[in-house]
Amino acid sequence: MSDTHAESVAYVRDTMLKPQPAPAGESGAIRWLRENLFSGWLNTLLTVLGVLTIYFFVSHFASWFLHGVWKADSLAECRKIITAEYGQGATGACWAVIRDRWHQFIFGFYQRELYWRPVLTFLLLFVAVGPVLFQWVPKKLIWFTPIYPFLAVWLLWGGSVWGPILVAVGFVLAWIVFSLVGRYGSIAGFSAGAIVAILFWMFGVSPLAGILHAAIPLGIEPVESAKFGGFLLAITLGAGGIVMSLPLGVVLALGRQSDMFLIKTFSVVFIEFIRGVPLITLLFVASLLLNYFLPPGTNFDIILRVMILVTMFSAAYIAEVVRGGLAALPRGQYEAADALGLDYWKAQRLIILPQALKISIPGIVSTFIGMFKDTTLVAFVGLFDPLKGIPDFIRADFAWKGIYWEPFVFVGAIFFILNFAMSRYSMHLENRLQRDHR
Amino acid sequence: MKKSVFFGALTAAALAAGVAGAATLDDVKSRGELICGVNTGLVGFAAPDANGNWSGFDVAVCQAVAAAVLGDPSKVKYVPTTGQTRFTALGSGEVDLLARNTTWTYSRDTDLKLQFTATNYYDGQGFMVRKDSGVTSAKELDGASICIQTGTTTELNLADYFKANNMSYQPITVDSNAEGEQQFLAGACDAYTTDASGLAATRAAFANPQDYVILPEIISKEPLAPAVRQGDDQWTDIVRWTIFGLIAAEEYGVTSANIDELAKGTENPEVNRMLGTEGDLGAMLGLDKQWLVRAIKANGNYGEIFAATIGEQTPIGLARGLNAQWTQGGLLYAPPFR
Repeated sequence: MSDTHAESVAYVRDTMLKPQPAPAGESGAIRWLRENLFSGWLNTLLTVLGVLTIYFFVSHFASWFLHGVWKADSLAECRKIITAEYGQGATGACWAVIRDRWHQFIFGFYQRELYWRPVLTFLLLFVAVGPVLFQWVPKKLIWFTPIYPFLAVWLLWGGSVWGPILVAVGFVLAWIVFSLVGRYGSIAGFSAGAIVAILFWMFGVSPLAGILHAAIPLGIEPVESAKFGGFLLAITLGAGGIVMSLPLGVVLALGRQSDMFLIKTFSVVFIEFIRGVPLITLLFVASLLLNYFLPPGTNFDIILRVMILVTMFSAAYIAEVVRGGLAALPRGQYEAADALGLDYWKAQRLIILPQALKISIPGIVSTFIGMFKDTTLVAFVGLFDPLKGIPDFIRADFAWKGIYWEPFVFVGAIFFILNFAMSRYSMHLENRLQRDHR
Repeated sequence: MKKSVFFGALTAAALAAGVAGAATLDDVKSRGELICGVNTGLVGFAAPDANGNWSGFDVAVCQAVAAAVLGDPSKVKYVPTTGQTRFTALGSGEVDLLARNTTWTYSRDTDLKLQFTATNYYDGQGFMVRKDSGVTSAKELDGASICIQTGTTTELNLADYFKANNMSYQPITVDSNAEGEQQFLAGACDAYTTDASGLAATRAAFANPQDYVILPEIISKEPLAPAVRQGDDQWTDIVRWTIFGLIAAEEYGVTSANIDELAKGTENPEVNRMLGTEGDLGAMLGLDKQWLVRAIKANGNYGEIFAATIGEQTPIGLARGLNAQWTQGGLLYAPPFR
C-alpha cells in the first residue's frame, strides 16, 4: 500500500465532529434581542424609550388595577375598602360598579325577565351569518339567513308576530312582481316591485296585521325602544346598519359608474352629500327634525330612525370603497364580460363584483368597525349608548357618583373584543379568497 | 325611486302636522300615559336605579302631574333629553312636559316659545375651589382657570360675572359634570362652577370632601321650572297648579300621611277647596275633584319630596334656603286656591 498510513500523519479524524451549539451571542434569546431590539444605535435608543414608556404606564396604572374592588355597594364603600387594605392615599379601581350595573351596560332598561330574548337573538345572529361567512358551516342553513332579520326584530321588540311576517310578505310580493314584470326589462321590474312593496307596507301591513292578530293572536310581550340601551342598542344599530348598508353601498357604487344620467347624478349627490355632513348632524335630523315633519303622535321609532340614517351614512362610505375596488379591476375584465355576451347584471354578478368586493374587503371592514364605534354618538340624541349614556345615568345615582374610568375601561374592552374579532375575520376572508400567487 | 316616495310622505305628514290640534290633555288621556322629558341623569333630580325605575326631584313633578291627570303616578314615560335636545323635544311634541332642571329665562320663554309653569327649585351658580388654594371669595378668582360645562346658562353667567367685576379668567370647557369633576380633581382648573345644588352633590361624592370648599357667592339666579309648549293654556294651568298645589300643601300641613284624613273635610276652607270637599276647582282645569289629592299622594307635598330626594337627610344634603316657604323666609309662595 502507500507510504501514507495512519502512523505517518500526526492525526486523522475518522469520526464526524459533534455539532456544537452556536456561540452564546448568536443564538436563542440573545440573538433575537440583538437582531430585533439592539441592531444599531437608533434601534437601541428606541428600545430603551419603548421600555421606559411601558414602565411609565405600568407603574402608574398597575396599582390601580391591582387594588380593584369587586364587592361593594357604592363608591364610598369601595374607597373605604381600598383604604383599609392598602393604606391611606392608595387608589384602586372600583369594579363593583360593573358588578352592580353590568346588566345595564349590556341591556339598558330591557326587562330582566326578558333578557333571554336579546341573548337568543345574538346567538341566532351567528347561525344566520354562519353560512355566509364560513365555509365549514353547512350551506343548507342559508334558508335561515333571510328569515333572521324579521325574527330578530320580533324577538327584540316583541308584540304581535304578524307585523314582521307581513313586512317579510312585502319582500316576497316585490320579488313576485319583479319576476313577472322583469321580463320587460330589469329596471321596469325593479321599479314595479319596489312600488308594490312600499304601497303594501304603507297601507297593507297595519290593517292586515290587526285583522290577523285578532283572528290568531300570536305574540310575545312588547318592549318599547326607550328600554333599549348599552351594548344591546349599539349592536342592534351596528348589525342593522352593517347588514343594510353593504347592499345599499354596492348599489350606489354601481350607480355612480352607471351611464344613465339620472342614476349617476342621484348616486353622486347622495354619496357626496352624506359624506360631506357629520354623522352628528344626521343623528340630530333623525331625532329632532323628522319630528317636525311627521304628524304629532306619529310613532316613528327613534331606533329605526337612527338606524336608517346610520345606514345611509355608512352606505355612502361603502360606496366609495367599492368604487375603489371597481376602479382597480383591469378594463379587460369588463370587456371579457361583454365578449361573453353577458348582460349588465350577469356581468356584475359573475365577473365584476366578486373581484371588486374582494379587493375592497379591508376598506369595507374598516368602515363597519368605524360605524360600529360611531353608534356611541347616539348619546347626543338622548339614547343610552354604552360609553356615555349608561355611565352618565349610573353616575346620577349618588352611590356611584364620581366613578369615571371604570366604565370606560369596561366598555372599551368589550368594543375592542368585538372589533378585533371583525378585523381578524376580514384577514381570514382575505386569505381564503386569495386567488393569485398561490 | 324609494326617495321620492319618502319625501312625498314627509310632505303629506308636514301638512297633517299643521292641522293637528293642541289639546295636550286629551292626548295624554287618550294615550293613558304622560310623556315627560327628564335629564339623562342628574343626582337627586332625575336618576334611574338598577332596575330602570326613575326617581328624583324633577321626576316627582312628572309623577304628580300623571297622578292628577291619569290617576296613577306610575303612568309616566320618561324620555331622557340632553341639553341640546330638550327644547326641540318639547317643541316638536315628543314630550308633553319638560321637567329637566331648566332655567327660566327671558329668551327661552319668548323666543323659544316655551311656557314655564312654576319654579320648583331656586338654584344659583356657585364655585368650588381646593381648600389649600386659600381662596375664600369668588372676588379673588381673578386670572383663575375655571372648569365649566358648555351649552348651559352657567357659561354665560360666568362671563357676565367676571366682566361685571372687571376680572379675567381662563375657561376650561367640559362636556359633562363627570368630566368637570375629573378635570377639577386632576388640577386642570383652579375652580369648578355649576349650579349650587350640583356643587353640593359633587363635593359630597369626592374621596376627601373636606379638602374642597364651596365659595359663599352665588353669582346668578337660576329658577328651575318645568316647561310646556306655548299655545295650550289649559295644559299649562294643569302643570302650574299641580306644582302650586304641592307647595300649598306643605304650607297648610297637608302631607301624604294625613291626606286621607283631611280629604274628608277640615276646618280650613282653602284646604277643603284644594282637596275637593268644597267647590269644584278641578272642573275649571278639566279634571275631577280629587286631582290634587292624588297629586299629593304620589310623593307627598313639596317639603316631603324635597326631603326625600335632595334634602339634608340625603347624601346630597341641600338646605331649604331660598326653597323654603315664604312663611319660613324662602321664596315659595303659592297663589290662593279659590
